[in-house]
Amino acid sequence: MSHKAAPLNKKFWTPGVLVMVAFMIAGGIAILARFTGGIGYVANLSNARPWGLWVGVDVATGVALAAGGFTTAALAHILGKHFYEPVTRPALLTALLGYTFVVLGLLVDIGRSWAIWKPMFNWNTNSVLFEVAMCVMVYLHVLYIEFIPIVAEQFKDRVNLPGPLSIFNALVNLLLKMADAILDKIMWIFVILGVVLSCMHQSSLGSLMLIAPTKIHPLWYTPILPLLFLTSAFAVGYPMVVFETTIVTSSFNIDSEMEVLSPLTKITTFLLGIYMFLKIGDMLIRGTYVYLFDGTYQTNSFIVEMLIGVIIPWGMLLFEKVRRSRKALFTAATMIVGGVALNRINVFIVAYKPPLSEGGYFPAPGEILVTLGLIATLMFIYRVIVTYLPVLQAPKEVSS
Amino acid sequence: MKINRRNFFKVMGATAVSGSSLAALPSDLTAWESKAPPDPYGCLVDLTRCVGCRKCEEACSQVNGLPAPERANCQCTIFEKKRRPDDKAFTVVNRYFTGKLDNFDKPLPTYAKVQCMHCQDPACVSACIVGALTKDETGSVRYDVSKCIGCRYCMVACPFEIPAYEYHDPITPRVMKCTFCYDRISKDGGVPGCATICPTEAITFGKRADLLRVAHKRLDENPGKYINHVYGEKEAGGTSWLYISSVPFEDVNLPALPDNPSPKLSETIQHSLFSYLWSPIVLFSTLGALMYKSNKSNPENSNGKRGTLEEKNITKGGA
Ligand code: SF4
Ligand code: SF4
Repeated sequence: MSHKAAPLNKKFWTPGVLVMVAFMIAGGIAILARFTGGIGYVANLSNARPWGLWVGVDVATGVALAAGGFTTAALAHILGKHFYEPVTRPALLTALLGYTFVVLGLLVDIGRSWAIWKPMFNWNTNSVLFEVAMCVMVYLHVLYIEFIPIVAEQFKDRVNLPGPLSIFNALVNLLLKMADAILDKIMWIFVILGVVLSCMHQSSLGSLMLIAPTKIHPLWYTPILPLLFLTSAFAVGYPMVVFETTIVTSSFNIDSEMEVLSPLTKITTFLLGIYMFLKIGDMLIRGTYVYLFDGTYQTNSFIVEMLIGVIIPWGMLLFEKVRRSRKALFTAATMIVGGVALNRINVFIVAYKPPLSEGGYFPAPGEILVTLGLIATLMFIYRVIVTYLPVLQAPKEVSS
Repeated sequence: MKINRRNFFKVMGATAVSGSSLAALPSDLTAWESKAPPDPYGCLVDLTRCVGCRKCEEACSQVNGLPAPERANCQCTIFEKKRRPDDKAFTVVNRYFTGKLDNFDKPLPTYAKVQCMHCQDPACVSACIVGALTKDETGSVRYDVSKCIGCRYCMVACPFEIPAYEYHDPITPRVMKCTFCYDRISKDGGVPGCATICPTEAITFGKRADLLRVAHKRLDENPGKYINHVYGEKEAGGTSWLYISSVPFEDVNLPALPDNPSPKLSETIQHSLFSYLWSPIVLFSTLGALMYKSNKSNPENSNGKRGTLEEKNITKGGA
């Protein structure tokens, strides 16, 4: 089993990358429109529907799907299952980029983007959002710190800045080495801190909607929302790793890592099982199953979320055969990822129905473009980084 | 990942100390308490008196420097669509036909003014990430634009769907809602604009406790005229604005709400989990112990993550 990550040596500009760039440009234009005409100019948000696609997808879903970072770190570094180390770096990178884009999404969504620093000095400890914001802010820094050794590994002793900057080569190299040496000793603090902060804000993200009981459909509104958010974040971490590893390894044509992914998803059957148990138990105890067959878009969305996003993939993963087959495993993982994403979208958008005001909500083209643009940028940067930094596993036959 | 022994115990020692100081905390620390001001002002709206003249809308926009109300003198077609307060109007009057008939079997309208209720324990205040919204001693729920970041969580939280947003301002949008004419009522003898102008005395301003007494007296003295309920006495933990009516409150878009103050559940969860950061500290210590144990049991692996330079060069060269 090799533990070595290496930069990819692949052609960078492919047709796929060009498509990404097209979305980035379109998203950029929409963002420009938002900062000249206002949120109302590009978005369908209203006084009754203050949160839409940007909060539901860019923020809530983004945070949930970045759960691969802390769940793999907990497994490999804290519980000492070093066998899983090969996936920790790509998962860390996804988390790092994911959270960076959560913040970028927030900057677009909040009305006074330039005031985003104010929560640091004006604390409202009663506010769930305050806690989420603080955790996300600190966690983002922790993620960047955790990433420094990867940069150091690549550039230590070969810092080569372009042109006139090259006089700083020695200095930068020294700093890099120092940071690396110090971090090596104290990295465990950041690893644990990352897991703690994740548990805090993953769950609190669920508490956000508890303050609006009359607006959230009873199928989702439950006092255990924070627990459901936490357990689903645990559950989606490894499927997300499977999902992205499979896409990345097949698009770069490198080793598929099945020998790590199969056992990883065995743990998922357990974690997803807990989430499923809580979710169904909660429905039975509160008696909300009476709404299940109302046939409205809300209840249908709940059924899809549970059936396709949780129950079926959980059943699939029980079979050794599924876990061993690359295709079947990818299918199950994709369903779980989609299920948790849909859950966040459901809680923040679909379940939200203000009883007093008229009119529904569907994201405007401008909103969708911003979101797609941000996702494309994220993928683009991911590609840049894995091309130049040692994140992904080097091809098997070479490193073993 | 390398755990340095001395380092480890230093950090863990610190967490343990802060952790143990928690044991000394009083046990009722996490019990939720209302933060409502003891003797706030309020307004009593008697829907049986309102004739839909919309003078309050006009007074409101004058006092608060807002644009004149939409078709200010119209008392007819303006009512054809239901309006909500927005970033240009802190209060609006709507007309409802609730099935009541007059002596000639013509449907009788009920008019209802709507504005911020100035809740006793407001959801918006609890939600606001920076504390830009505060509940004042006067009862007014005030907004401090200099703190606001525009997250709009207050709008998500408000059970009355009141705060509105300046969605078309790209850089400095504000949250807009009724101020309870704070600048007036905080001075002696000051009365909100709407309450001063109302020709039928449908809006009475005073201390909330007095208004509750007045309201109940009206209900008692006119048996059969009113629904026997003062809206806002208990709703969402009580509001500074109170309503009495002859038609069911739901019919005039005053929602049925639980008596529990809106912030109670989320604040209870937040504080019981995060007071003095006890749960993160416990989690940190537990994970630290686990990590230490697992690192000791297979030390040869703890350094395995890093490839040496040579190994990497081989990898690179071969790829
Ligand atoms: S009505 Fe809404 S905006 Fe007004 S105080 Fe209550 S929660 Fe806040
Ligand atoms: S929009 Fe402003 S006032 Fe409302 S919750 Fe956010 S920061 Fe507070």
